[in-house]
Amino acid sequence: MAEIQSNEGGGKHKKGGSKQKKLSVHIDFTPMVDMNMLLITFFMLCTSLSKPQTMEISMPSNDKKITKQDQSEVKASEAITLVLAGGDSIFYYTGVPDYKNFNSLKLSSYDPSGLRAFLLKRNADAVSKIEDLKQKKLDRKISQEDFTKQASEIRKGKGTPTVVIKADDRATYKNLIDALDEMAICNVGKYVIDKMTPGETFLIKNFRTRGDLSKKAVN
Amino acid sequence: MSKVKVARKSTRIDMTAMSDVTVLLLTFFMLTSTFVKKEPVQVTTPASVSEIKIPETNILSILIDPSGKVFMSMDKQGDMVETLTKVGKEYNITFTPAEEQKFKLLSTFGVPIKNMKAFLALKTEEQDKLLAKYGIPTDSIDNQFKVWVKNARATNSELRIAIKADQKTPYKVIKDVMTSLQDLRENRYNLITALKNESAKK
Repeated sequence: MAEIQSNEGGGKHKKGGSKQKKLSVHIDFTPMVDMNMLLITFFMLCTSLSKPQTMEISMPSNDKKITKQDQSEVKASEAITLVLAGGDSIFYYTGVPDYKNFNSLKLSSYDPSGLRAFLLKRNADAVSKIEDLKQKKLDRKISQEDFTKQASEIRKGKGTPTVVIKADDRATYKNLIDALDEMAICNVGKYVIDKMTPGETFLIKNFRTRGDLSKKAVN
Repeated sequence: MSKVKVARKSTRIDMTAMSDVTVLLLTFFMLTSTFVKKEPVQVTTPASVSEIKIPETNILSILIDPSGKVFMSMDKQGDMVETLTKVGKEYNITFTPAEEQKFKLLSTFGVPIKNMKAFLALKTEEQDKLLAKYGIPTDSIDNQFKVWVKNARATNSELRIAIKADQKTPYKVIKDVMTSLQDLRENRYNLITALKNESAKK
């Protein structure tokens, strides 16, 4: 629908010079806009803008050849075991499980006031160090690389807790991610995902029955 | 009688500016977006605070749906064909070039190897419908998933494994997949999550 408007006869004639018509070119862009809009709609509907986030984890090797000597023992005072049970419930115990006392297993939650508060308290030293480091980075005293290096050193340093995450078959994938998330939030550098042992299953059952099982075992 | 002259106004709007804007928007969308991959099952990933972006190339993504079906996809078509040939060899199945061509075009695959030939013979629409019913077997007796991953790794050593699972998936399924990966000494992998804004300070 392009149209060319020529105003003939309107122009003044120069002395017998060549007649130059003044052409004003009007192109109607409406169809062009229509087409572009269609394309935009197509791109908006068929594409995803944001790339998904990811979480990197490394699992321990389950090579049978690894001997006891190669394994590093975790100090009982630094060990925390999380047991993700079904129905969005989470249990934890510290150190070596006490099968006789059902109260050694603590029921917690995925809320900030539950597991996170506990882990932040246990890891308070590392958390405060990381906070300092973050401040330093904000003040541009250290570079990003140094920050990452030092932060990982602090997270894996002495005295930081080691968390063993064990999940029940009824726990969901979301539970696992939530637990891993808490590790990231609470700056826990040493954590591992492990398999449930019959001991943990017993502990949970014992907790739910308020110590009935251990009483029976004693009798 | 004097006539009231009504000025004739032309209602033509200059669309040039509008066109400029739309072209700009179009360019923006074309450059920033990536196409959504066709997935046989709807998967809602759980949210996490992790801010690492997934790399773009050399990805072997493992898709796990809530009922525990496992699907796989790779981003390089050449690798896909090579993997298929290698997996076929382990199960004594040879694929014709036509079948390989069809396999290349699949965005996600996840069919037991003995059904693969029949599956590849189907039309694309029928494949889409059927794929959601299958899934790669992961049980310990017939762990084809392990074979696929092993051969994919043999094809491309720079492959990164990414697990994309629905948030309601029972841990049992995840455990099976993780154990299979551990058996193959694939100890590092990525878990795909959605973004959640939260920090230690509540």
